[in-house]
Amino acid sequence: MKRGFVIIAMVLALLWGGQAAAQDMPPPAISEAEVESRARDVGRALRCVVCQNQSIEESDASLAEDMRGLVRARIRQGDSNEDVIEYMQSRYGDFVLLEPPVQSNTYILWAAPFLILLLALLWFWRASKRQLSRPE
Amino acid sequence: MSGVRAFLPLFLFAVLLAWLGVALTKGDPRTLTSNLIDEPFPAFELSSLDDPAEILSEAILEDQISLVNVFGSWCTACVQEHPNLMEIAKMERVNLIGLNWRDTRAKGRAWLDKYRDPYVQVIFDADSELAIALGVTGAPETYVVDKSGNIRYKHVGIITGDVWRRDLEPLISKLETGE
Repeated sequence: MKRGFVIIAMVLALLWGGQAAAQDMPPPAISEAEVESRARDVGRALRCVVCQNQSIEESDASLAEDMRGLVRARIRQGDSNEDVIEYMQSRYGDFVLLEPPVQSNTYILWAAPFLILLLALLWFWRASKRQLSRPE
Repeated sequence: MSGVRAFLPLFLFAVLLAWLGVALTKGDPRTLTSNLIDEPFPAFELSSLDDPAEILSEAILEDQISLVNVFGSWCTACVQEHPNLMEIAKMERVNLIGLNWRDTRAKGRAWLDKYRDPYVQVIFDADSELAIALGVTGAPETYVVDKSGNIRYKHVGIITGDVWRRDLEPLISKLETGE
């Protein structure tokens, strides 16, 4: 009887211990190769703020180097690519994004090529109609 | 009718030219406005320049008006700015904090010994940890932080006498009277 209790207590202790250990498990480790490939994706989307027209992946500037380091550190900590880009945007503004986001002050920028195409098609259509309807 | 029409492309071109003329010349795109104005100063834990074991945090900005000045021994413009920082330090109106950016401890300390040290405390940030959190793009750069720890102003470049009188001093006076 006593022995039974001891066994049950031991089993419970084991289970308890196991659970405690499970709670302490670190987040699934991400391989360095994955960190690197994701960091490159993120880095290519971010502008080097001191060289204006290079991404931080391409730039030799020391600040770009530190930004690359920060991108890798954040990915290792479990940030998603979007989290990292959002962080940089919160610090350096839209300027740090190499591709301008679609928002109120960039609608013209994004719409202009399509508007011009539309206008050109309209002009073409009207011009060709004029030619067709010309009497023989 | 066709006469007016012939001028339409020219007219459109003139409109485009005027628009680009205005849009492209207003402001220097290199001066990025800070995204952190009226936001709390970013939390940090970095060692002080002189003692790797002494950890500084945003607590050093508590309950006083602070100027956080980004500098480095490699920064030539900082040498020009330096006499003005010494003057500001003498006034004892603000908690003048240095952010020694992308430097080595030895070089940073030697630079301050050479030109004299105006700072109450110096944060050592070799890997741009706090610099990136602040959105720093170069040195010198200076942040005005109010008593509740919010960033109120960012000045990019040298604090000249003009900058102090025109931008910084009025803001500091305003913050002193408890705005």
